[in-house]
Amino acid sequence: MSVSPAVSSPHASLPEKGWYKRNEIAITPWLFLMPAMIFFTIYVIIPIGQSFWISFHQWDGLGEKTWIGTANYERLLGWGDQNMDRKFETSFWNNLRWLVLYLLAIPAGLFIALFLNQTVRGIRFYKSMFFFPFVISQVVVGLVFGWFYLPNDGLFDIITGWVGIDVKGGVLGNPNTATYGIIAAGLWPQTAYCMILYLTGLNAVDPEQVEAARLDGAKGHKMLWYVILPQLKPATFIAFVVTIIGALRSFDLISVMTNGGPFGSTRVLSFFMFEESLSEFGFRMGYGAAIAVVLFFLMLGFIGYFLYSMYRDEKGAH
Amino acid sequence: MFPKPLEKSSRTWQISYQLLLPFALILWLLPLLAVANFSIKPEADFVNGNYWGLPSSFEAFSNYGRVFFDSNMPRYLLNSLFITIPTVIGAVALSCMAGFALGIYKFKSNLPIFFIFIAGNFVPFQILMVPVRDLTISMNLYDTKTGLVLFHIAFQTGFCTLFMRNFIRALPFPLIEAARVEGISEWRIFLYVVLPLMKPALAALAVLIFTFIWNDYFWAVVLTQGPDAQPVTAGITEFNSQFRAAYHLMSAGSIVAALPPVVMFFLMQKHFIAGLTLGAVK
Repeated sequence: MSVSPAVSSPHASLPEKGWYKRNEIAITPWLFLMPAMIFFTIYVIIPIGQSFWISFHQWDGLGEKTWIGTANYERLLGWGDQNMDRKFETSFWNNLRWLVLYLLAIPAGLFIALFLNQTVRGIRFYKSMFFFPFVISQVVVGLVFGWFYLPNDGLFDIITGWVGIDVKGGVLGNPNTATYGIIAAGLWPQTAYCMILYLTGLNAVDPEQVEAARLDGAKGHKMLWYVILPQLKPATFIAFVVTIIGALRSFDLISVMTNGGPFGSTRVLSFFMFEESLSEFGFRMGYGAAIAVVLFFLMLGFIGYFLYSMYRDEKGAH
Repeated sequence: MFPKPLEKSSRTWQISYQLLLPFALILWLLPLLAVANFSIKPEADFVNGNYWGLPSSFEAFSNYGRVFFDSNMPRYLLNSLFITIPTVIGAVALSCMAGFALGIYKFKSNLPIFFIFIAGNFVPFQILMVPVRDLTISMNLYDTKTGLVLFHIAFQTGFCTLFMRNFIRALPFPLIEAARVEGISEWRIFLYVVLPLMKPALAALAVLIFTFIWNDYFWAVVLTQGPDAQPVTAGITEFNSQFRAAYHLMSAGSIVAALPPVVMFFLMQKHFIAGLTLGAVK
């Protein structure tokens, strides 16, 4: 079995080529991935597992953890002979309200995007000013809307006063309206975000298709529904992802505007969890972790769907 | 183009559109205009119940002066800066490398790793809260800027890697093959071939992360406590309790706290929007 020297010579002329050089293409990606993976594992992957673990314990965050099995979940969800935690019930329903009402940002954003998708002078300025609220921190948005909702002196109260509506205790002081007031504040920046997604999408709409449809007599909402919206599908998908995640993550606004009140009526799961784990009532980390796990599972449904859609696209691209 | 271009519409709609635009904008930004108005009013206006009218005298200098010289605000602003800048650098650097690895090389676990990064992005913060706080305390980094920075880098790496990987995927691959044929080593390809082409992505990510981190409130409350390390989003609540019901100062403070990302946005608008709308167009 002799190898022709003519073939082997280029390799043989490089005997100093080390192990690393020979495996460079296989090893390099791992070297490049290493730092990101280490950080991500330590701060994201492992903590998810730890939260599950902690949720089966009673723990004040300092001393020893005591294993209590599923007691936290039983208390939270009302398994067995207990009632469901009232705070959990309120939080859960508020989360659903957030989820449903927050989605209004998508049609609202589309509406503004359609309104601004023109080529008049100064339109660029208008587009960026409409996007402006998204750049401001939610803490500031919350403060601003808090003043807007002030009882008696707030602009909202003054305007509703003209038509004879008086919300008792102000929008945020009334348990029946407080959550809706906060959601409205949240919709402001979120609509701006959806608007910018749709403006970008509209920019890429195929003008020939629009012209062809126009020649066929399509216009107005028919054109929008059958020609434009299908082309805006990627933008709509992202708008859904960010809006749903944003709705379930809502925390800043609630913390700043009402701090969960009045009478705990504006709690959502994320706020409830924070309150249980780090509030002045004591550190109930185990119970907090159990709430976080429930929230995680609620989100997992959505996350799974998003990932599946992305995975499909990824496979299609190959 | 949809909707129908204005030039092709009726004269009346053209004129009403032009009138409608500024009107709609003012309505949209009304909350902000109101705060801006608040921040230049004298205290007396609020005592007299003149909340929403024009200021009776122009007090911007004294109001903003007190924010800067009479409170912890400058400290909080500096803290925010020292948290935000290192996070931007760290997250962008890590994700450049990870994005390069996932975008260029073919190996079995490529897609699974990529999807772990994406999935981590969507996770609710609360499930990380207790363990991350615990970890930060055990590293003696509770109530320090470093503790916040390390976590932010790690968490933002998920989104950044998604962004970078997709950007690198779209680069012309023959360029890299050509470099390989020339015998250039892989890390040199990253440094001299890929990195220069990534400038727009770097700019977009940098402004986005700057805004996200500057505006973060949750982790600031979880991982820090006092004016030594707290960023301005958390500091503003302390500021507000210092000036309780002093709306002219609270509003001036809020504007100062919100300003840096706003400036960033207007300076780098193109990149910012390119980053945010990634994937909105196929």
